[in-house]
Order: sequence, then structure tokens, then C-alpha cells
Amino acid sequence: MHLAYPAVLAALLFAIGVYGVLARRNAILVLMSVELMLNAVNLNLVAFDVWLRDTLHAGQALTLFTIAIAAAEIGIGLAIVLTVHRNRGTSDIDRLRDTAEPPQPWDTATEDGATTDDTPTGEKAEATA
Amino acid sequence: MILAAAQHIAQQAAQQPVLNQETHGFLSPTGVEIAFLLVGLVTLGAALVTVTTRQLVHAALWLVVALGGLAVEYLLLTAEFIAWVQVLIYVGSVVVLLLFGLMLTKAPIGHSPDADSRNRPVAAAVALAAAGALVWVVVDAFRTTWIDLDGAVQGSTEVSGQILFRHWVLPFEALSVLLLAALVGAIVLSRRKKEEQR
Repeated sequence: MHLAYPAVLAALLFAIGVYGVLARRNAILVLMSVELMLNAVNLNLVAFDVWLRDTLHAGQALTLFTIAIAAAEIGIGLAIVLTVHRNRGTSDIDRLRDTAEPPQPWDTATEDGATTDDTPTGEKAEATA
Repeated sequence: MILAAAQHIAQQAAQQPVLNQETHGFLSPTGVEIAFLLVGLVTLGAALVTVTTRQLVHAALWLVVALGGLAVEYLLLTAEFIAWVQVLIYVGSVVVLLLFGLMLTKAPIGHSPDADSRNRPVAAAVALAAAGALVWVVVDAFRTTWIDLDGAVQGSTEVSGQILFRHWVLPFEALSVLLLAALVGAIVLSRRKKEEQR
């Protein structure tokens, strides 16, 4: 088999994952895109391992490790997303702007920014409490 | 030289088709390529729908198709053990976890128009640039490289177990410690949530 087939497929999958991470708003959909990117890397590892006929099979061993780490990552990531959802009532990444740099350094400006951002102040108070 | 070797193998296969079928299965090398291409197209399409659909549960279900297609690609690359681990871990547990997460965060079931953020054109531009650059570099680098899929299976369970427990034992144990840490971390995160609720 031509080596370009799995390599091109992995590159395109990685690009799709990049688009998903950057364009999605829901945190769980971002996690799905991260899984796509990890799988693209796994495909590359397996293809090059089979091509090189590595005696240690480093590519396949690393693929297994990547799959296990991805499982751990998805567990922790979902626990964090659920905690954020319970504290804020939303899992949209665009609305989690508490640690964002305010556009103007004045306090009134930050209050305006918070209200125009459609973030209820009650949620913020609950989150910081 | 590799090309010449591949042509030689192909000539041998053409001269002895029955023997080739008996030793290497029913798919000729070009057949493997065609199957890889078709399954790859399905995988790419499912991945595209996953990142563009506006129905959140459908995104998770299309992710199943994409990951299952990748498992088939692993099978075509003779990495059997990786393929079944992919089916078990990704299709079996990760997607189920994602669906549970979607349900627990009260994701809208139907059409949700705000699934994509406002920086969608920028994301598309970045992804297109990354895809173009990566595909160009990869095709230019591996234009004359061929994978020799004949011979012994390289990713069977026996081979994977031997290399994993002979050469990669220490990383394997470290990985189990990491999984334990992730388990404890997930439990701690969810326990704090329950105490806050009460």
C-alpha cells in the first residue's frame, strides 16, 4: 500500500479536528474534536510502524498508550465540564469569560462587558462563592 | 529499488494468483488500497459531519462512524490488536461517556443554532491552511514509499503482547498509575459536586 494514503488521511482528520476545536462552542463537542485529532496521530503512528517494520513496535505501543491517555483525558475533561455546568448553568466555552482580560481596565467597563456578554451576574456570584 | 521490488512482487502475484490468494487472503494489494480509500472517504465524511452538524447528539453518533472507520483502517494496516482496542475503548466507552456528558449537561436534543461560535470563518481558514500544508508536505515526502503488507502480521495480539510486556513494561506500569490518578481525580471532582448539592 502506498504510504501516502494513511498519511494524507491522518493529515485531513487532524485538520478537521483543528476546525472543530476552534469553531465549536459546546465544551463536549470540543472534546470530540480533540478525540479526532488524537485518532489522526494514532493512524500516523500505526502506519509508520507497519512501514518501518520496527522490531520494538514502538508505534503500536505508543498508540496503545495514547488511547489509554485519551480515555483518562475524556474522563477528567467530562468531570470538569460537568462541574462547570453545575456551577454556571452552561457548558458554552464562549461564556466562560471570568479570567479573560477586560477590554478596558476600568471597573465600570468590566461590568458593562459582563452584561453585554449575556452572562447573568447571579451565576458569577454563585461561581465565586 | 522499492518500486522495483513491489513490481517484482506484483509480477509474482500475477504469475501465481491461486497461491497468492491462499497465502495473503482474497484482497490483492490494489484491493487493499481501494478498500483503504473507500473507508477513508467514509471516515472523513463522518468526521466532517461530526464537526459541522448542529444537532449535538448526532455529532456523537457520527463520531462512532468516524472511529469505527479508523478501526477498519487499522485492520487493513494489519494492526489487529490496535483495531479491537479502538473499538473497545473509543466506540465502546469514550462515545458513551460523551453521550452521558451531553445528557448530564442538558444539551438540546434537536436543532441548536448556536453550536458554532462566531469565529467559524477563522477556524475554517486555519484548518484549510493546516490541511493544505500537511497534505502537501506528506505527499511530497512519501511519494515513492510503499508499505509492504505481505508477510507476517505485524500487529496481532501475540506480537503486541510480547513487545508490550517485554520491551515496554515500565511505561505500561506508569500508564496504569496514570489511569489510577485519573480515576481518583474524576471521583474527587464528582464527590465535591454532590456535597455542594446537599
